[in-house]
Amino acid sequence: MLVVEGLVKRFGGFTAVNSVSFKVDQGEILGLIGPNGSGKSTIFNMLSGTFAPTSGSIRFDGREIAGLPSHRIINAGVGRTFQIPRPFRRLSIFENVVLAGYYGQGSHSLIRAEEAAERALTMVGLPTDRSASVDGLGAAGLKKLELAKAIATGPKLLLADESLGGLDEAEMDQAADMLRKIRSELGITIIWVEHIMGVLMKVVDRVMVLDHGEKISEGLPSAVSHDPRVIEVYLGTDAHATQATAAAAAAAGPAKR
Amino acid sequence: MNKQLAWGIGLAALVALPFVYRDPYHLHILVLILIWSFAYTSWSMMGRFGLVSLGHGGFMGVGAYVTALLWNHLGISPWIGIPAAMLCAGALALVVAYPCFRFRITGHYFALVTLALSGIVLQIIIATRDYTGGSLGYTPERTKGSHLLALQFDDKVVWYLIALGVWAGGLAVWYWIDHSMSRYAMEAISEDEDAAAAAGVNVTAEKLRITVISAVMTAMAGALYGQYQMFISPDTVSGIAVSLQMVFAAVVGGIYVALGPTVGAIITILLAEVLRIGFGTKAVGWDNLVYGVLLVLFIIFLPKGILGSLLARLKSPGKPQP
Repeated sequence: MLVVEGLVKRFGGFTAVNSVSFKVDQGEILGLIGPNGSGKSTIFNMLSGTFAPTSGSIRFDGREIAGLPSHRIINAGVGRTFQIPRPFRRLSIFENVVLAGYYGQGSHSLIRAEEAAERALTMVGLPTDRSASVDGLGAAGLKKLELAKAIATGPKLLLADESLGGLDEAEMDQAADMLRKIRSELGITIIWVEHIMGVLMKVVDRVMVLDHGEKISEGLPSAVSHDPRVIEVYLGTDAHATQATAAAAAAAGPAKR
Repeated sequence: MNKQLAWGIGLAALVALPFVYRDPYHLHILVLILIWSFAYTSWSMMGRFGLVSLGHGGFMGVGAYVTALLWNHLGISPWIGIPAAMLCAGALALVVAYPCFRFRITGHYFALVTLALSGIVLQIIIATRDYTGGSLGYTPERTKGSHLLALQFDDKVVWYLIALGVWAGGLAVWYWIDHSMSRYAMEAISEDEDAAAAAGVNVTAEKLRITVISAVMTAMAGALYGQYQMFISPDTVSGIAVSLQMVFAAVVGGIYVALGPTVGAIITILLAEVLRIGFGTKAVGWDNLVYGVLLVLFIIFLPKGILGSLLARLKSPGKPQP
């Protein structure tokens, strides 16, 4: 459903994404991982129209969408969340999601927008109360709101930027369950971005690893996690030495006290 | 329901007013307040969403001068001239705003571009003095025929009722926008354009729409002011001073509530009159000084304006408002 070929983004002399090609099939969850600054968010920004690519092609449902303005891509059936939640604080939670339902589905129908908002809020587990303020939400709540907004735009493909450190294991599991549910109940295809492999590897069908703007590995989670290039990126070339030092430090620790 | 009743009674009282009380000077002040309230309300349509324009004097000037020029030179009735002037202002707004919005010129930079617009319209009026009278001002010719066709009335009561109708119309537009999805979209845009776009909002189109509405209404205010005063000059309906005065008045009254700009007009016009009567020619320009100081104080201490802060306090008593 999504075919990306030779995608390049340069900011001045800096190449953030260098000739990346990949495909996403209908109904799959593709994991997109890589260290900070590897180009994950830049790819998302190009897929959703926030940035126009320097060169390359993005075909969504057979249609070229590279360089289209954001709202047209969203109306075509792409939904996105931002890495750092970006709620509209002057609107209530419900209004935030209604807005996305109204403009995102392209129908400009208030009734459909409100239906979509109620469905999306129920799905992510936020109150559908019309006046609840965004200010009452914590970090986890804001992430849910971000997802609800994206779902309310009625996407066929969801770009979920979940790459926030700071989530503990239980919260990560929750996030993973949520994405599974979005796929199974709404039939939405998902690209999931993360820094770390962790729980992502248990959920995704396929995973793609980026480093310095280039694709260094792609395949089944089990294969990718044993790819020497991926291990090198995540642990450094002297991974074994690092591990040894860490083990030694741990052993020496109690003795010092 | 109570609110609607209050609006109904208030409006009925305002309509009835000139039939019981018709002191010409006081009616004159009321007409001025209504026309300027309408202009300030028009400005706030954009201002409330963070689109701070310092160029609305330009739109007002286009409204006043196009209407008067069409009448004097071509004999076109203001009934056609005013819509034509509004169309011109709308086109001017598109020409200036489209590149700004397309290329993401926002905040201070947008304000500076609109400030230039204000100056350019002023310069054009002065430069084409053979037609516009330049800085000496311009007078629509007295009609020899129908007063209605020429939109020229000697009776202040008629003007009061016209100004009241237009002012109420301005509030109706405000209400309509306030209760439409456009408000959500504009609130979202004013906070975060990328996030609004990711929700599917056509950011450029939404901003253009509100800008054109605001410009067109401001031009109408300018045209009405010219028809009422029967004298316009670059200083009174155009230029940077008028643009700044709009910002002052709207901010002082409160740009986030429907009647805020009206309260701003009442305060600024009464202030100008008090200074004029109390100090005469010794106080020329003092009102601008006071506006300036007030503006700074309001932006720091009372960003919601007088009416906005009052209403906020009434809604949640006990909680101190910033």
